[in-house]
Amino acid sequence: MTVVVAPPVPRTLLERLRWAVVDAWTVTRRDLAHWARQPAVVVVALLFPVMTVLMFGYLFGGAMSVPGGGDYREFLLPGMFALTMVFGIEATMVAVTSDAAKGVTDRFRSMPMAPSAVVAGRGIADMLSSTVGLAVLIACGLAVGWRWHHGAGQALLGVGLLLLLRFALLWVGIYLGLLARSPEVVTAVQILVWPLGFLSNVFVAPATMPGWLGAVAAWNPLSATAAATRELFGNPGWGGEAWIAENALAMAVVWPLVLLAVFFPLSVRRFQRLSR
Amino acid sequence: MSETGFAVVAEGLRKRYGETRALDGFDVTVPAGTVCGLLGPNGAGKTTAIRILATLLRPGGGRAEVAGFDVVRQAAQVRHHIGLLGQHAAVDEVLSGRQNLLLFGRLYHLDPRAARRRADELLDQFALAGAAGKPARQYSGGMRRRLDLAISLILAPSVLFLDEPTTGLDPRGRNEVWQAIRELVAGGTTVLLTTQYLDEADQLADRISVIDHGRAIAEGTPDQLKSEIGGDRIDVVLRSADELPAAAATVGRVTGADPEVDQHTRRVSAPVRDRVAALTEVVRALDDSGITAEDIALRRPTLDEVFLHLTGRRADEEVAA
Repeated sequence: MTVVVAPPVPRTLLERLRWAVVDAWTVTRRDLAHWARQPAVVVVALLFPVMTVLMFGYLFGGAMSVPGGGDYREFLLPGMFALTMVFGIEATMVAVTSDAAKGVTDRFRSMPMAPSAVVAGRGIADMLSSTVGLAVLIACGLAVGWRWHHGAGQALLGVGLLLLLRFALLWVGIYLGLLARSPEVVTAVQILVWPLGFLSNVFVAPATMPGWLGAVAAWNPLSATAAATRELFGNPGWGGEAWIAENALAMAVVWPLVLLAVFFPLSVRRFQRLSR
Repeated sequence: MSETGFAVVAEGLRKRYGETRALDGFDVTVPAGTVCGLLGPNGAGKTTAIRILATLLRPGGGRAEVAGFDVVRQAAQVRHHIGLLGQHAAVDEVLSGRQNLLLFGRLYHLDPRAARRRADELLDQFALAGAAGKPARQYSGGMRRRLDLAISLILAPSVLFLDEPTTGLDPRGRNEVWQAIRELVAGGTTVLLTTQYLDEADQLADRISVIDHGRAIAEGTPDQLKSEIGGDRIDVVLRSADELPAAAATVGRVTGADPEVDQHTRRVSAPVRDRVAALTEVVRALDDSGITAEDIALRRPTLDEVFLHLTGRRADEEVAA
């Protein structure tokens, strides 16, 4: 057996920072290797939102009336983008819970690596996968006739808002994943994320819902991002006189920041509490 | 290693979860290069002890040193010198065996070439080279555990913690893992392992510490503990319950002990000193008395019997106690 020489434990802040970056990237590459090993799983995950777009766009779309009489698919796509960002929370949660249950998280924590890399690597991998998922959905949108009308700059801003929502929900997923002790909890969240997705302005105007339900739907962070991206892409939206409807753009920034401010510290604390 | 020659020293470790005292003044010392078995039933505090020593948990009280470093203040240094095998095989099941070793090798900050060389070495050492490219999900339980062990050994740690390393494995997988552990120990690694099985501790450990209610209640070599408990036992199962008194008398006479008689299973059980001689003599004596035995077996005392002896209660009464 050869002698294994491991680099010594970093002493300076700079060395520690370097380990944090290198280790986070190594953990990220683990997920990339998963994709390469399971292309079928990746394809199914990417095709699910595409299928939803086709289903709503062509099956139900005929029965939907779009504000201003525009094309339903023009209206539908921004909502689907936002919904896909929300559903990403499941993937994060499943990954975090299964690593914890299988002892992989403990293995990481018992190794001389940067502790932050466990969570950071997960985050980078999930953001990469959501970005790819969004790109595929945008391509699908273009194929079914959706367009952006206010130029590339505004369109990119819209994409930025979508990824900001995903980034905020990433920490919700990590927190819930660390909190969940069993796969049953994950299943519960997978089910609950559906009403959460539908209780929004993605498919139906909140104004058509019973008063209080409409208010909840209008204030759903998902609705803010959907309404804001409709504005930025120049697609038809529900409009409305309510303050929340008129300030969708601002709320599409504020909501994710609020979620981040709450769930980022919660996740970090939860991770540190694993040693309690 | 610390100047005391001990690879692991724990003194008065405490850990509470709410009202439950998982560890309540737990002490253990493991001399460098030896194997120590922590033997105890579920909930005795074995896993909590291992998790504290492997820096996964902070102790509520007491102190511990591993490889000469304090597990709380110098956790990073401790992690450099330990390998940990948890209760489940902590391998990435999607990745292949080699990819697992490369991933964790990189996380141990080996450069790519060193990580590759180490992966190949470990695959050979643990007889996994043939399955190196297959996803770990397709491995048998024993193979997965061996991969798990190989990952723990990437940095050739001086201290290895094994938390119930063979739980859930079939006899073959168990033997594979035992063999791998024996080879490591021959190479000088210090091992602290937990187990619920006396025979596992017996097979692997130089010294055994019996743990109950979060503290060590007995400590010694396997032979010392067994002789304290009364060593191995002989079980005689009869064809007819009518012959139980006669059989008990015969077994008692041969072994010089007061046998236990179980009416339900028609079994007479007694401690023996010399295994083989006792077996021969019991068979002959039963034959002479014309008693028909359905089964005669020598066996190690069970954890239950160790517990009964040391604590006066059965291991599975843990929760009620």
